[in-house]
Amino acid sequence: MRAIRPKLRSHAREHIVTIDTDSAPRLFFYGENLLMEDLPVGTRVIYPKRPMTPVANPKAAIRYALNQPEDSEPLHALLRPGMKVTIAVDDISMPLPIMRTPDVRQLVLEIVCEMLSDHGVDDVHIIIALGLHRRMHDWEIKRMVGPKVWDEYWPDRLYNHDGCDPDGMVLLGKTPHGELVEMNRRVAESDLTIYVNLNFVPMNGGHKSMAVGLCGYESLKAHHTPAGIVKSNSYMDPPKSFLSHSFKRQGDLIEKTLKVFHIETVLNNRAFDGPLSFLTKNEDDFTETDRLKYQAMKWTLDKLPFAARREIFMRTPAAYELIGCYAGACDPAHDRTLAKQNEQNCVEVDGPADILLFGIPYISPYNVNSKALNPLLVQVMALGYFYHMYRHQPILRDGGVLILTHPCSDKFDPVHHPSYIEFFNRILTETTDAYTIEKKYQDELAYNPSYIEMYRRGNAYHGAHPCFMWYWGQRGREKCSRVIVVGADNATVPQIMGWERAGSIAEAIAMARGTMGRSAQISMLHHPPYMICDVM
Amino acid sequence: MHRASSKYKNSAAFYDVDGTLIKINIVHAFAFYASRHASLTESARRTIQTALSIPVFWAADKLSRKWFNEIFYRSYEGQSEDRLVVLADELFEDVIKPNIYPRARALMEESKRAGVRQVLVSGALDFTMRPLANYLGADDLIANQLEFVDHYATGKLKKPFVAGATKADIMRAYAKQHDIDLAESWAYSDSFSDYAMLAVVGHPTACNPDFRLRSLARSYDWPVLWLDEEPSHSVARRPQGLARQIRRTH
Repeated sequence: MRAIRPKLRSHAREHIVTIDTDSAPRLFFYGENLLMEDLPVGTRVIYPKRPMTPVANPKAAIRYALNQPEDSEPLHALLRPGMKVTIAVDDISMPLPIMRTPDVRQLVLEIVCEMLSDHGVDDVHIIIALGLHRRMHDWEIKRMVGPKVWDEYWPDRLYNHDGCDPDGMVLLGKTPHGELVEMNRRVAESDLTIYVNLNFVPMNGGHKSMAVGLCGYESLKAHHTPAGIVKSNSYMDPPKSFLSHSFKRQGDLIEKTLKVFHIETVLNNRAFDGPLSFLTKNEDDFTETDRLKYQAMKWTLDKLPFAARREIFMRTPAAYELIGCYAGACDPAHDRTLAKQNEQNCVEVDGPADILLFGIPYISPYNVNSKALNPLLVQVMALGYFYHMYRHQPILRDGGVLILTHPCSDKFDPVHHPSYIEFFNRILTETTDAYTIEKKYQDELAYNPSYIEMYRRGNAYHGAHPCFMWYWGQRGREKCSRVIVVGADNATVPQIMGWERAGSIAEAIAMARGTMGRSAQISMLHHPPYMICDVM
Repeated sequence: MHRASSKYKNSAAFYDVDGTLIKINIVHAFAFYASRHASLTESARRTIQTALSIPVFWAADKLSRKWFNEIFYRSYEGQSEDRLVVLADELFEDVIKPNIYPRARALMEESKRAGVRQVLVSGALDFTMRPLANYLGADDLIANQLEFVDHYATGKLKKPFVAGATKADIMRAYAKQHDIDLAESWAYSDSFSDYAMLAVVGHPTACNPDFRLRSLARSYDWPVLWLDEEPSHSVARRPQGLARQIRRTH
């Protein structure tokens, strides 16, 4: 029946669909599975924009950016034989899902390394600027930088940043606001640092690259605070983000002290293509083939065990393409990056919602190649990133109800997230108050020698990282009157996080209407790929 | 940049040694002594005797660590104290030092930087462990002591035996004596037999755990450390999904 239904769009804009009496059910990500649920008439479904056309020749675009930089001499003019150069490169946390090879960072690195070699610059180190994220595994680095750079630089001149190395970090100074600025020693002692950024969300790139990617715990805790997150309205809107202001203060000090040449790249949002392209489509436009594909996929996922479902998704890299490359001084290059990114990702929306729905997918910036999206990461995706996907005013009005779909299984990856396990099972069961956690527990986890060892020589996130993840959701927690999770497979996890449970979207909406009233405006964000709502 | 926390001034880190910090165990040490006898014939005889005893030691260890200690340390009967002590340095240089796990020393350095007191708790003999404790910069060593009469070993251990649940009792007594807060202390071990030692502290950590300890660590959400890994190679997490394919093709 639905195959012959005419397209009903009560809204003029393509990315907004209002549910009508005969609209198709909508697709929700549900961890490593999918759900197809009917939504009430009048629900506003917000889709991402279509992927922008990529640059025809990515290598040429990168070379053009290096030769025509923003407010800086061309890269080749900054080079002289015998100088000490460090290339810092973003880690695996972006893009999501991981992109097909060649990774755009590989393209940039190959061009930059060749240019350095041509100019007689031999003292070159490449550092994965992971901040307090986990060290990338060797095979992940190889995939990201490509065989050419890997063979030439690994392991002596290509390695992970270590923010806890007492000999490998230096203090550059303090900002006027008293924020400490630490820096990787190799970078601090280099004549030139080239930062290779892959810009996926507006909060990344710019001053954050150097100030966070190459810092230690002492400088990170200046801005990764619950109060800072609450003051960020939102952190996807840099001018209104406390985080961005703090990064800028730290970044300004870095730029005054060190010579840095920034290279930023922007991707389109082609997260799924080929047989999976139906995942991003308006469900009213599904063809019979799309419906069959969905049903086959759903049937398979239902039958498979968790690990196999995860394996399937991890085997599916995204088809992201380069849509812009900008280089030069930090601020002007980043402004152009943001403009291009907003062109791709921002969608105009009329007014906030009273009830906001979205599915939580299998992936976050912190569980790439991990065994699970653990409950804290579900929390950071819901109340952190997805809640903050707005500019101007919140997409969910203050006091509104958030509904999300995820199994919320009590699953953690002990190799990547050991301190998360303690945080969730010990600390969160004592208090969920972020301000108390910051005061009482953050340093305890940060200075725990086992966790430091796991961060420095294993592949674990820093001990204090789960605290930051909890703070990341603080604004969402304070502004939402209720959070309802649909399809949780246990009662404990939602209870620890202060969430309510519902068996279906319909039940969750009925519960939410109990708070917001029958005429509440309901909106669904059709992530992924993500979009940022310009709420007017 | 990394600051010690004053929070840990009353904390200690207790390390089991064999299998946790070093690859070898007390049988290796005994075999070393057996092979270093003054007479070649005696060395050969004792080495063969040690080799033949291994199945008995293994079976005793599986049944009870107490039985194992009683059987095993009887082999030292009649050995002179000065010989055992003098050879201990050589034992350390030739046998123990090359077998320290790559990340063991780094772990202890991290712990010292945090201001935590370092204590080795080993079922091995004290004189064999002392050079290792000095090398790793441990503050204290708790180990088994061989009983000597007229400077000759009787083949018995002084009580209490440092093994199994007794380790936890000894740690409690140590904590009381040194004003250590066990709730803010760490314990590291590779073996399920050290469950009591791990359970008595606030921060238990399984290191290179055996199967049973690994299961226990999973159940209790204890962190698991792999000190036997080289930091530049990720062996704890095999590539998964796409990454595995890529690894094969590159």
